[in-house]
Amino acid sequence: MWGTIARSLLGGAHTEKAPSPDEAALAELAGQLDAAARGRLGRSLSIRQVDAGSCNGCELEIHALSNPYYDLERFGLKFVASPRHADVLLVTGPVTHHMAEALQRAWRATPAPKWVVAAGDCACSGGVFAGSYACVGPVANAIPVDVHIKGCPPAPVDLLRGLLALLQTVAKR
Amino acid sequence: MTDLIAFLRECPIVSRHRPWPRIELDAATWQSLAARLATEDWELLALWAEPDTVHVALRDPQPGTLAVLSRACPGGGFASLSAARPGALRMERAARDLFGLVPEGLSDARPWLDHGRWPMRRPLSPAPEPRSLDEPAARATDYPFLTVSGPLAERGVLHQIPVGPIHAGIIEPGHFRFHANGETVVRLEERLGYVHKGTEKLMQGKTLADAARLAGRVSGDSTVAHALAFCRAAEAALDVKAPPRADYLRAVMAELERIANHLGDFGAICNDAAFSFILAEASLLREDVLRAAHANFGHRLMMDKVIPGGVAADLFDPGVEGLRRLVARVWKRVLELASIYDGKPSLLDRTIGTGAVARALVQRFAAGGFVGRAAGRNFDARRTPGYPPYDDLDFDVPMLDEGDVHARVWIRIREIGESVKIIQQCLDRLPAGPIATPLPARGGEGVALVEGFRGDILTWVRLADDGTVARCHPRDPSWLQWPLLEAAIEGNIVADFPLCNKSFNCSYSGHDL
Repeated sequence: MWGTIARSLLGGAHTEKAPSPDEAALAELAGQLDAAARGRLGRSLSIRQVDAGSCNGCELEIHALSNPYYDLERFGLKFVASPRHADVLLVTGPVTHHMAEALQRAWRATPAPKWVVAAGDCACSGGVFAGSYACVGPVANAIPVDVHIKGCPPAPVDLLRGLLALLQTVAKR
Repeated sequence: MTDLIAFLRECPIVSRHRPWPRIELDAATWQSLAARLATEDWELLALWAEPDTVHVALRDPQPGTLAVLSRACPGGGFASLSAARPGALRMERAARDLFGLVPEGLSDARPWLDHGRWPMRRPLSPAPEPRSLDEPAARATDYPFLTVSGPLAERGVLHQIPVGPIHAGIIEPGHFRFHANGETVVRLEERLGYVHKGTEKLMQGKTLADAARLAGRVSGDSTVAHALAFCRAAEAALDVKAPPRADYLRAVMAELERIANHLGDFGAICNDAAFSFILAEASLLREDVLRAAHANFGHRLMMDKVIPGGVAADLFDPGVEGLRRLVARVWKRVLELASIYDGKPSLLDRTIGTGAVARALVQRFAAGGFVGRAAGRNFDARRTPGYPPYDDLDFDVPMLDEGDVHARVWIRIREIGESVKIIQQCLDRLPAGPIATPLPARGGEGVALVEGFRGDILTWVRLADDGTVARCHPRDPSWLQWPLLEAAIEGNIVADFPLCNKSFNCSYSGHDL
């Protein structure tokens, strides 16, 4: 344990340089935000993740955002337990009929101003589950979506680029 | 104990079903099977349906034979097996929801996967019944949870805690209903099905390549193992073997997946006991493994890299060396972390003795993976029935008896070591040759048992004459582990539930399908 602590202190951080914000997400977000909201939020956003039917692949990569390589919290982005504490809903999955109501309730419980990020191919388009009797389809079929992050699953760096685009839009003066 | 095959010797065997026999039972034999299960030690590995037929996969632990037993039930009814094999209970409820078959004698009349919100009833039956849009959607509160009887309940000291479907973290959705006496859990009941995506129906009529992509998304954390189980079942149905190089590359991917998931679980379990240091360290190692997977196979989780007939990505020389160095480094570091884990009494105080499952229960449910092996059930599909290349490799199957959170942690740690050994042997012996073989378009039936990180996955497939999927059932290990979590938490404190749950790490998606 002490050896590890010594190595950690002397060896420098594992954290890597931030990627640039995603251009497509920036374009999608352009002009969505008024100055008042920006002022209130500063450079800090709280994220509530909602799995609305994913295969759990997206969750693995969202978890990875918190490892020391990506260290999401350094950007002022953090995961919270309740939608009532959240500014952003990060939604995955092809929205199953069984999760649609829970997702809509979580969205209603999130105070405005709020944003919805649809993460992963299923959340963007239904993915391989499109057309199933058990799915409502893309997240946009259940609640309004502000940003889409594609990928099956999106790699942590893709998620980060999408979230940074959102953060940059929110923080722009 | 009677030999399973001897018991079934009078029954007709279906042709074109490989590699284990599929045997057709008449009503009387099925009925006597239901009775015999009470005294025999045959393990029930899976139960699934088709329109007018119910299938059950059984394993006779001595001598280790496997068979699929089928009962045609044109009237829609079949004798329930769940009295003697409680692991079948939710499977029978699912068969009733999806196909409208009636498990006779099943005491639990509640639906399981059907929450009353699909646009039709019995979606996999030949004639699904549309649900009227005017019908109000079933309310979450309509589901009658089991109650608790006895003196505590009579005195009115118990309270209920409803949790979910959305949980307070980055976790899959499901509902947990606790009955608690102060801090102590008196009963936990799970309600699952929230992430039911209709995967089995989507697979029908798909080409093997498209169905394999769906199999790879039954449970994202087991994408390699589920794709492998599907591909091996399809290859068995077609009586085709993947080339030897593909077998070895499949094993490298499967063991990388096991290492990555065990690392994630080791860190997350410690984190749920408020020791985040190991989470941070293990998540670095996990990320290193995923990056190596991406560099060598083109995808961090190796999704869609196991394909029918072989694999979609080859391994070349610098990559082989890199993987060798990576797994050696990971194992060295895991041993250091394990000694830190073992040296923290405040951490061990949370894990030792917590969430214990008895061996008898694990055997009764035929629970696989670390849940079974941490409680004395010595079963690993890589060993028995075994499949290439594992028959040629030297590795141990770690086993413990305690069945608590601590034992499940240690099974994972030791399995990382064994996976490292397996990968090293695969890299040393990687045969030359093609990485995939073309598959003919013809009919057949096949079954495969594959060891994922979570436990054994059983996949059964029937191919139509044009080579497309007529019916596929991927049985995730979680089906036989979820019910034991209810037993593990009993008598523990509510605050230890996340710890117990994480030590099981059952898949919601893999179960809900």
